[in-house]
Amino acid sequence: MSDADHRSSGLNEPQWQQLKALTASLNPAQTTWVSGFFAGLDYAARADLVPGGGATAGSAIPDLPAAAPGARTLTVLYGTETGNSAALATTLTDQARARGLNVTMHDMATYKYRHLKSEQDLVVIASTYGEGDPPQSATSFFEFIEGHKAPKLPDLRFAVLGLGDSTYEFYCEAGKRLDRRLEELGAQRLKPRVDCDVDYDEPAAAWITDILVSLDSRRPNGASATTAKPAPSPQAQAPVFDKRNPFPAPIIENIVLTGRGSSKETRHVELSLEDSGLTYEPGDSLGLMPSNHPASVDAVLTALDLVPSTPVKVKGKPTPLSDALRTDLEITTLTPRFLDHWAGISDADALVRLTQADHADERASFIRNHHIIDVIRQFPVNKIDAETFVAGLRPLQPRLYSIASSLTVAPDEAHLTVATVRYDLHGEARQGVASGHLATRGELDRLLPVHIQKNPHFRLPADDVPIIMIGAGTGIAPYRAFMQEREARGSSGPSWLFFGERNFRTDFLYQTEWQTLIKDGILTRMDVAFSRDRNADGRGKVYVQQRLKERSRDVFAWLEEGAHLYVCGDAARLAPDVHLALAAIVAEEGGLGAAAAEDYLQRLQRDRRYQRDVY
Amino acid sequence: MTVTLSPSDRSRDLSQPLDRLGPDETLKASSDQLRGTISQGLLDRLTGAVAPDDTKLMKFHGIYQQDDRDLRDERRRQKLEPAYQFMARVRLPGGVCTPAQWLKMDELARAYGQETLRLTTRQTFQFHWLLKHNLKATIQGLHEVLLDTVSACGDDARGVMCSVNPHLSALHAEVYALSKQASDHAIPRMRAYHEIWYGQERVASSEPEEPFYGRTYMPRKFKIGFAIPPVNDIDVYAQDLGFIAIADETGLQGFNVAIGGGLGRTDQAPATYPRLADVIGFVKPGDVLAVCDAVMGVQRDYGDRKDRSHARFKYTIDDRGLDWIKGDIERRLGFELGEARAYDFVSNGDAIGWRTGDDGRHHLTLFIENGRIANLPGRALMDGFRDIAEIHDGEFRLTPNQNLTIAQISDEKRPEIERLLEKHGLCGLNRQSALRLNSMACVALPTCGLAMAESERYLPSLLTRIETLLDRHRLTDKPITIRMSGCPNGCSRPYIAEIGLSGRAPGKYNLYLGGGFHGQRLNRMYLENVGEEAILAALDTTLSHYARERLETEPFGDFVIRAGYVKEVKAGKDFNS
Repeated sequence: MSDADHRSSGLNEPQWQQLKALTASLNPAQTTWVSGFFAGLDYAARADLVPGGGATAGSAIPDLPAAAPGARTLTVLYGTETGNSAALATTLTDQARARGLNVTMHDMATYKYRHLKSEQDLVVIASTYGEGDPPQSATSFFEFIEGHKAPKLPDLRFAVLGLGDSTYEFYCEAGKRLDRRLEELGAQRLKPRVDCDVDYDEPAAAWITDILVSLDSRRPNGASATTAKPAPSPQAQAPVFDKRNPFPAPIIENIVLTGRGSSKETRHVELSLEDSGLTYEPGDSLGLMPSNHPASVDAVLTALDLVPSTPVKVKGKPTPLSDALRTDLEITTLTPRFLDHWAGISDADALVRLTQADHADERASFIRNHHIIDVIRQFPVNKIDAETFVAGLRPLQPRLYSIASSLTVAPDEAHLTVATVRYDLHGEARQGVASGHLATRGELDRLLPVHIQKNPHFRLPADDVPIIMIGAGTGIAPYRAFMQEREARGSSGPSWLFFGERNFRTDFLYQTEWQTLIKDGILTRMDVAFSRDRNADGRGKVYVQQRLKERSRDVFAWLEEGAHLYVCGDAARLAPDVHLALAAIVAEEGGLGAAAAEDYLQRLQRDRRYQRDVY
Repeated sequence: MTVTLSPSDRSRDLSQPLDRLGPDETLKASSDQLRGTISQGLLDRLTGAVAPDDTKLMKFHGIYQQDDRDLRDERRRQKLEPAYQFMARVRLPGGVCTPAQWLKMDELARAYGQETLRLTTRQTFQFHWLLKHNLKATIQGLHEVLLDTVSACGDDARGVMCSVNPHLSALHAEVYALSKQASDHAIPRMRAYHEIWYGQERVASSEPEEPFYGRTYMPRKFKIGFAIPPVNDIDVYAQDLGFIAIADETGLQGFNVAIGGGLGRTDQAPATYPRLADVIGFVKPGDVLAVCDAVMGVQRDYGDRKDRSHARFKYTIDDRGLDWIKGDIERRLGFELGEARAYDFVSNGDAIGWRTGDDGRHHLTLFIENGRIANLPGRALMDGFRDIAEIHDGEFRLTPNQNLTIAQISDEKRPEIERLLEKHGLCGLNRQSALRLNSMACVALPTCGLAMAESERYLPSLLTRIETLLDRHRLTDKPITIRMSGCPNGCSRPYIAEIGLSGRAPGKYNLYLGGGFHGQRLNRMYLENVGEEAILAALDTTLSHYARERLETEPFGDFVIRAGYVKEVKAGKDFNS
């Protein structure tokens, strides 16, 4: 045993010294006997602990019998898309360790499934993505645990924290699925599942404390709550900018990339990170905290006939209402929470009906087609006070954008590729909060609060490994970072970029940069598809997946040579269409059946050679 | 005329090895008879352009790579390449076009050419705004109506012109037929065009692909035109090789042959100058193609291939002497040219309005401002001419002044055509000042890569201001020719206008005065590199003087010489003196 093991063993220093002394005195035969002895002790401890399936399904075990620290193992398992679940899992793990619990942490992406049946206490943190799906990197784990190969887990105790966004119909569905499935497999719930919306910080922190208190059997329940503080990390002393404490980054460039006459507007924004201490790797995202458009704030104030200076409580501090609506609260996108809130206040029949369980479809469609302003206009409430209104709102959240630059080429800068979201709703022009902010109030030198969001599931491989990058629209962004990085590093691995947009003439994002990279041999190949260009040959719209198929033989050859595959862009269409195209290519070129081709891609995913950053 | 090269001096021509000649000669010679890498370039989806060398070769295919210069700077900042696009110039000998061909032009322009067509000073159509991936479809569309773009640009025989002559139907038919034969005869035989644009297979052959042109084609462009007096609408003196029809009551007798016209020049380069053609003799109609071969042969063999700004036929003639050139032409022909016959030109403008031909058919010539066919506010030119083409049983003729003649209209169709003109707001096209009816501007910005100043987009508003002066001096109905070019190359033939303007910089032009009203005399620079106010002031002075003191039938161009504003230009070499 090395000293390194000490840190994960859960033993304290005196115990460790005693064990070391004992080990040193034992001959091999004695060692074997001792290991058997300890295994027997462990078995006995478990038999005592597990209350023989007495707990009813769905209920939590109220109090845990005392157990010696290290008697049970705790495994923290997370599935993450943007890094939030990973960050919470890290916090939980650190705190558990600080309490002396025998804890290990795993990403679902790399977790060895065969270990599941020997887990003892399992805490799962999972975010939901798209229409109730697990994060991309956790797809395989979900398939395993929801499939028929999943083991019975009578000895397991578990707790689930779900992360989600309540504007989606299948809110926190991934967490719900795991919670449901673990119970089906015979495991027992330590604590009821908690579902967190985008403002998850506080409920998540409370859940972590709750879990740890119930596991930390060394102290009586309740007393330990006071000790459940985040473990001080070594960096804590330095001023660290993160999601809770974003860095005010000056805008140093903000140009429209799309040419005149384009059907869309896509911007290139450069932010200075100078003196922030923030660093990132190609593939990471930047979280950007926008503010609401002053006109949106005015519209809300006017509709409710509220005085802008009225103080309201934001994070415990009294803040003028107009400021709170501009910088602290989400005031455009309608949430189920606000719908319920407003249904209660207005008592409008139409809204109340939507809150009923049998109107879920109607409700989802209503939420999609209305902003908060539309609801308060269509269902007016007389003389509402500011606090009552604000109580239905959720905190304004940072928006994530894949970083389009590499620090090697642009030190102290982060570049973003942002499509301005504009549409009409109820006869009024609307725009995205963050993209609208950049489009209308993104003058140079203005400050934007930012933080770095790590994206460990979207990383360049070693320099000599070939890469195939597939992106559409602003999905090109991380590849600009990749190529800047590869150019700066002098990487020898070939690179191939597939890019799709609407029109060649106006929407070929960063066109001259790609041309230069091709000319200089940094980018080996590039294929483009412009779906809205008139096709002289009379074929239908061309998307990147068609280009992939046209290059079928070469794509497969690159994969066979070990190429890493990246997909970035639209989650609803691009990602599944590209996946189907890849499956077809593998089947065709590899002479495989559909299932084998799918296995091939799954293997690539497991080997982290097929990575996605889709939204 | 000073002769600067002895006929035995072959140091600058075809006889030299390529490395002693200009780089374009090597490019042509190594292009595999104009194939280059055009086909590969068309497949490159990462750029809207083709390889730089291919842009030169594509001119022989009638296609110019251009870009929207209005957007150049903006797009550079947007990390987008220039808005590359292509201009395709149709080969349309004599400007004659059937209704079916017009409808195809209309269809292609609507599909690929931003819903506009440009009628040119050499009687043809230009498509602008064609994107690379639409080029093949455009060329194949033309092929469906037996049209092509072969040698509409490049170092070869350009589009052959022919007077429109609405009232001389029989003579026009005869001369037009010759102009078409001359065009078909003089263009390159290159298979590259058929392979690249029509997708035909390359056929191996031991025969040389270009029996006349060889591997290096002509030293520069070569322009041929046929004029039918008394109208010099084609500006026959601006052609490298001009044929002036000589006819009597019994019909076409033959042609006076004129050689050595050409307008291109370069600012601040006195060795370059516009030159009018010299009449050197007379030939019978049956000898026209032989004359084309002989004259082009002289220029092919002796033209300057070291310096492209000195490569036009006009310089070959001035360098070696007209008599020697004529002698060499006759040696090649194997007979001597006849003595030039008498002829008379009265104007180089168009006969605007209705005319009835000697065969009883009607012809309507419409003033098309700067040759631009588009659906303009209140004037639906695209829609109107498409509707007319649907019912028309005659033909269209594109005039050398960028106007349009609806030709060979039968008695029955005339009311129908008038009704359609009315319907699309085209009845007032010809209700303009006489100055405007005799005006021309080249395309220039934003598409032409050579333009230094606006032309097509600016001349109309400048004319409106000049019209105020004309009104003041009661000259509104007095025909005066005015032509503007965006650069010194002179596509709109500004140097033979009574008032000429050539672009120097944004908003700045050279002003030329004194050109011959029927194209017989070059003008001379009166003001250099000036803006609108100076141009208007100069015109106010000269026009007011002209209004007061002109002789009965004296054209403005003659008056400014007599009144001493400019000294007459008697030969091209005197243009810069």
